[in-house]
Amino acid sequence: MNAASVLHPLLAVLAAPLLFGAINRTKAFFAGRCGPPLLQTYFDLWKLFRKGATYSRTTTWIFRAGPLVNFACLLAALTLVPLGHVAAPLAFGGDLILLAYLLGMGRFFTVAAALDVGSSFEGMGASREVQFATFAEPALLVGLAALARETQALSLTAMYAHLSGPAWNGVLPLWALLTGGFFILFLAENCRIPVDDPNTHLELTMIHEVMVLDHGAVDFGFVQWGATLKMWILGAMVVGLWLPETRHPLGNLAVGAVGLLALAVVTGIVESCMARLRLLRVPQLLVGAGVLCALGLMLTFR
Amino acid sequence: MNNTIDLILVALVLTDLILLGASRLRNAIRILAAQGLMLGLLPLLAHRGGPIWHALLLGGGSAVLKGFVFPALLNRALRETNANREIEPFVGYVASLLIGVGALALSFWFGARLPLPAATPSQWLVPTGLFTVWTGLFLIVARRKAITQVLGYVAMENGIFALGMVLVEAMPLLVELGVLLDVFAAVFVMGIIVFQINREFDHIDSDQLSALKEDAP
Repeated sequence: MNAASVLHPLLAVLAAPLLFGAINRTKAFFAGRCGPPLLQTYFDLWKLFRKGATYSRTTTWIFRAGPLVNFACLLAALTLVPLGHVAAPLAFGGDLILLAYLLGMGRFFTVAAALDVGSSFEGMGASREVQFATFAEPALLVGLAALARETQALSLTAMYAHLSGPAWNGVLPLWALLTGGFFILFLAENCRIPVDDPNTHLELTMIHEVMVLDHGAVDFGFVQWGATLKMWILGAMVVGLWLPETRHPLGNLAVGAVGLLALAVVTGIVESCMARLRLLRVPQLLVGAGVLCALGLMLTFR
Repeated sequence: MNNTIDLILVALVLTDLILLGASRLRNAIRILAAQGLMLGLLPLLAHRGGPIWHALLLGGGSAVLKGFVFPALLNRALRETNANREIEPFVGYVASLLIGVGALALSFWFGARLPLPAATPSQWLVPTGLFTVWTGLFLIVARRKAITQVLGYVAMENGIFALGMVLVEAMPLLVELGVLLDVFAAVFVMGIIVFQINREFDHIDSDQLSALKEDAP
């Protein structure tokens, strides 16, 4: 373990809100607006963390625990995810399964907190979130299985460290497929546009936002911060496939951060060019992502 | 060089999967055209020895026919019949995609076991060809509109063409060109028939054609 791998989770916790800022700036540029400042997410978080929370009398401890457990799960997941050639602080065989389950547990508590409110809107959002997760999680696991089989490694750090220039020769199709699949998952899990519109405030079409409607102040701050962390984690899994290796470990970290910012800009461009899919079409998109990953897995059996 | 063939083959599989999930016929025709153009590149890339003009003629002929002539014919049939999308297919789109993945796995399994006379240009050529043939057959069976079935037929021929690349040296040029001509004639005739069916019955739903018996006067 070196300095860069310790620095990566810290950098992620501090810099993840910047990704939202980058996406919003890109969208504003495409729409010809000035747009919110790059640091707007930080201002929002600062505002939320200074407020006192109010809780409805119908809620139980589950409602209060939801955002915290979700945030804790994402922090734990952050210690398992490498950023390209920056090794994760924790790496052991099979940590990809743990990563998938940590993300799943965070989701479970968000959903449980949404159901705890007892409002039909939250219930609807929870139902949609879980429905789409049913399609997204197998795709993620199949994609990771393809990666593991190709690199003959079972820990995320070893899998991503294996990839560099010469290793791409001959597996380019596999790489393109996995990048496509993971990018769709990245958009879906972070509730970006083809799946969910983060800016909409119409309950009938929202997925993630509708689940957290009743969280306020500090809790909502943790929800937002957790969302940025999730974007960092899944983004690292997408761009990690393509990051080149530099000589200095800190150079790897810098390259990774630049890669993530580039991914945020690409996401902004996708959001500016596309409309939301109809809810009925979303499973089709996610099955498509699963198909890309499954095809990748098949290409490794040769 | 090999990487390019592999990329084309993967793109071919992806276009097959899009065909399985496409409900808008105009999109499906466009995708089929892209497939035809990609297939046109294959003989050039798989070419090893033998006169180059064989590969050029085969690839060029296939690209022109499948990339431009067929789409034009099919689009004309589409315009005349006012059929824009496949409504109520026998097998739904998500189900088709999932079945497609299963079939893809089967083709890979089968492709690895098929004894071949010569070394193939790419190990994914046979599975891709088999899967494209399967996609075509599936479209013919699982869709209602006559036009989609024509699309399935063209996709099937694309698959056979890809499989033919395995034997690109052994197969005489005349055979390949003859097959292309046959397909051209078939699509030409089918385009006209679709139009006639539409004029006679006001729809091109092939499922209802089984009730063609004349009612008793």
